[in-house]
Parts: sequence; structure tokens; C-alpha cells
Amino acid sequence: MNKTFDITLTVNGTRVTRAVVPRLLLSDLLREELGLTGTHVGCEHGVCGACTVIVNGDSVRSCLMLAVQADGATVDTVEGLGAIAKLAPVQRAFHEHHALQCGFCTPGMLMTVVDLLRKYPLATDAEICDGLSGNLCRCTGYVHILAAVRALVAQTRGRP
Amino acid sequence: MKPAAFDYVAAESVPAAVAVLSRAGGDGKILAGGQSLVPMLNFRLLRPAVLVDINRVPGLAAIGVAGDVVTVGALTRHHALETSPLIAAHLPVLAAAMPHVAHLAIRNRGTIGGSLAHADPAAELPMLAVLLDARIGIAGPNGRRVAEARSFFRGALTTSLDHDEVITDVAIPRLVAGTGWAFEELARRKGDFALAAIGVTLSARDGVADRPRIAVLGAGDTPQRAAAAESLLTGRAVTAPIIAEAAAAVAADARPDADLKASSAYRRRLLGALANRAIAAAWRRALAPPGHDDAARV
Repeated sequence: MNKTFDITLTVNGTRVTRAVVPRLLLSDLLREELGLTGTHVGCEHGVCGACTVIVNGDSVRSCLMLAVQADGATVDTVEGLGAIAKLAPVQRAFHEHHALQCGFCTPGMLMTVVDLLRKYPLATDAEICDGLSGNLCRCTGYVHILAAVRALVAQTRGRP
Repeated sequence: MKPAAFDYVAAESVPAAVAVLSRAGGDGKILAGGQSLVPMLNFRLLRPAVLVDINRVPGLAAIGVAGDVVTVGALTRHHALETSPLIAAHLPVLAAAMPHVAHLAIRNRGTIGGSLAHADPAAELPMLAVLLDARIGIAGPNGRRVAEARSFFRGALTTSLDHDEVITDVAIPRLVAGTGWAFEELARRKGDFALAAIGVTLSARDGVADRPRIAVLGAGDTPQRAAAAESLLTGRAVTAPIIAEAAAAVAADARPDADLKASSAYRRRLLGALANRAIAAAWRRALAPPGHDDAARV
């Protein structure tokens, strides 16, 4: 049960190898082993969305995936999105629309929005809200988050 | 919270997974999408000795059509069902129901086999399997067996699966052209567990309903067919009074539990309301000429 497995994965473009016990969650691999504390851990049962990361191109709850399952995978976290000097479009939209208060939910929101933009038209506010419904903001700053995503959709799809 | 320690095997084949489960003697669990299992591990509601990960078994996530049957591999993710052109063409009710399942990040991981095996009373796929007369392919130590969805679910979180069996595929008869269908659900918040949901398929023949099927979730511990409402609709012109009568029969047959989210009486009323909408929408689709599916939109 304490046997370790050697895993190799690509995190934000960098190959990393670690020996992990099976019960280690992907969220804990990122935070504790790799020091990527941008991925936040809220509920640890898949409800709050704070730990959302992108695995092989799809958003996933990193608290609901074992680190050992990520062997061979490509993982993208909020640290890979952009930097202060060079924000990614989704980060800039959140910045411009003041779409964060305490910032706890923000990494999960950002990674979720990245995947939503790829997979859904997000043509209406209702659709954006549905898409964000799996990410909880306990500051309840949803109005600004909605404004940020709306602006981002307009910007990336060329709509007013 | 963190899972208790367990042994982990990444199975390379279905027989290998079955062999590990057999050796575990009831203390092993299959790990597919993990969207229900891992929360239970994190809460330590479950402490299996060994987890058998089937995510690396080749060929378990294919969607295909063979004759009149759509075959769906057990590892097919909810989001694949939501977006598959084959599912949209042959099982549109299934595609339409998928956005109701949790959230995108959950649908990216959750699998059809996992949902059926977990048998949550509020889950959509078990109800759709019952609605669509799915046949569940299962591998065990003695080889393959096929279970009818209607007799597969035994209770909340309980199925006819033995501890050393694995779901491998789901065979679903496709809806023939012209079949009307509808799916209606109510949850307190988008993506939350359903308080109740209903699926309907039926055809129109000579102006009357032919082979109506109605399945509900939220009416008891397992998804159920609404037999009284089905027989009430059969051979009848589906007018507003008939729809109301059938919807009342759906509600009357339901034995919903009460919990923090809804009383039994509320769920029964809700099932009636959803049935009303769903039967009407399915009938409009059944009457619509081919290619005019939008006729069912209210």
C-alpha cells in the first residue's frame, strides 16, 4: 500500500518525474511535490471547482484524480497561463473586470473558462452562468466574473 | 480529506482487471472516471484494499453502430456522449440529457460504465439505460454476461454486479427515424443532483401513440419505467387531457423519498409537471416531419 510508482508527466511544458504513493491526489502532487500552489484546494470532493486544472486538454478536478493516473499526461495549471508582465487573455479579462476579490476560486475559474471557451459557444449570459456553475465563489463576485467571460467571448469571437 | 492507503493496479486488459478483483475477494474497486469513487475515498466512506484502474485498457471507450444497436464502451466519458455525432443521430435523447450531468470538468472524466455501476438514484445515465432498454455487457471470472438495464438496478448504489465483475460495454437499440423523445430535469442549481427527471420516447402511427416509453428518476431508489402511463398512452391520440392523465399516472406511481432538498409530496408534483412537459415535447417531435426537430422546442 505504500509502494511507490514512478510517474513522468509534463506540467506547464516541463517534464517532471516523481515517485508517488497511489493515494496521492493530483492536486497534492501539484501543490506539495511540485510547489505549484496556484492550484487551490477547497472541498476535496469535486464540488467547489477551485482545484480545476487541464489534463490532456480537458478541464478536470485535480482532487478527483490520482497523481499516479497522470503518468504520461500533459497537465496545465494556472501558473502556465501567463505571467504578471504578460497576462493571458482570460487573466486580462478577469483583471479588467475586477473578476476576483479574495482570489481563492480564481485559478479554478480561469482554467474552467479556458476549457469552456474551447467547447461551448457561450453565446448567452445564461450559457456562461451554466458553464461556471461548477465553480463556487464565496465572495459571490459572480457578476464581475460573468462580465469578464462575456468580454472574453466577444473579444475571441469578434462579437460586440 | 485524503484517501486511506490502497494498492493500485493499472490493468492492461479486462481479464486482468477481473483477476485482480477476484483476488481482492470483495475488497477491490474499479476506478474508471473516479468522479463518484474518489469523493467517497476522500471522505473515507470507502477504504478498498485495492483500486483497479481501467483507464489504460485499450478499446473501452469506443462508440459504434452495429445494425440497430449503438454500442458504447464502458469508459466513454459523459462529454463524449454529449458531443458524439453517432449519439446525436441515433440516440438524441441521450445527447440532450448529458449537459444536465454535473459540470464540464466532471463530464470530461465521468464514464457511462462508472455511472451505471455506481447506481446513484439521482444519476441520469441509469435512468436513460432503463428508458432505452440498454443491455449492459459485463465481464467476470466466468466470462461474459449481459444484463438488462431494467433488472440491473437493485437499490440505491446497488446493482446486480458481483464484486469481481466489470462493465465493459452498453448496447442501446437506436431510436428509429421519426421517434419522438424528450428529457426533462429539475435540479436546484445547474449541474446539481436532480430532484427528479424524466425521459420519454414514443412514435406516432395513424395519429396515435405507438410504443411509448417513460422512465423516471427521483421516484424511488432506482430508475423506473412508468408502466401505467405508458399503457395509458398506447394507441391514444396524445391530446392535452390524455397528457395530463398520463402525467398524473407518473406522479401517482412514484414513491419518492423525502430529504433535505425536497419532500416526497413535492417530488411527486414535480414528476407530474416534468411528465406533462416531456410527453408533450416527445409527441410534437413524433409528429414533426423528418429534419424538423425544432418543432419540439417550446
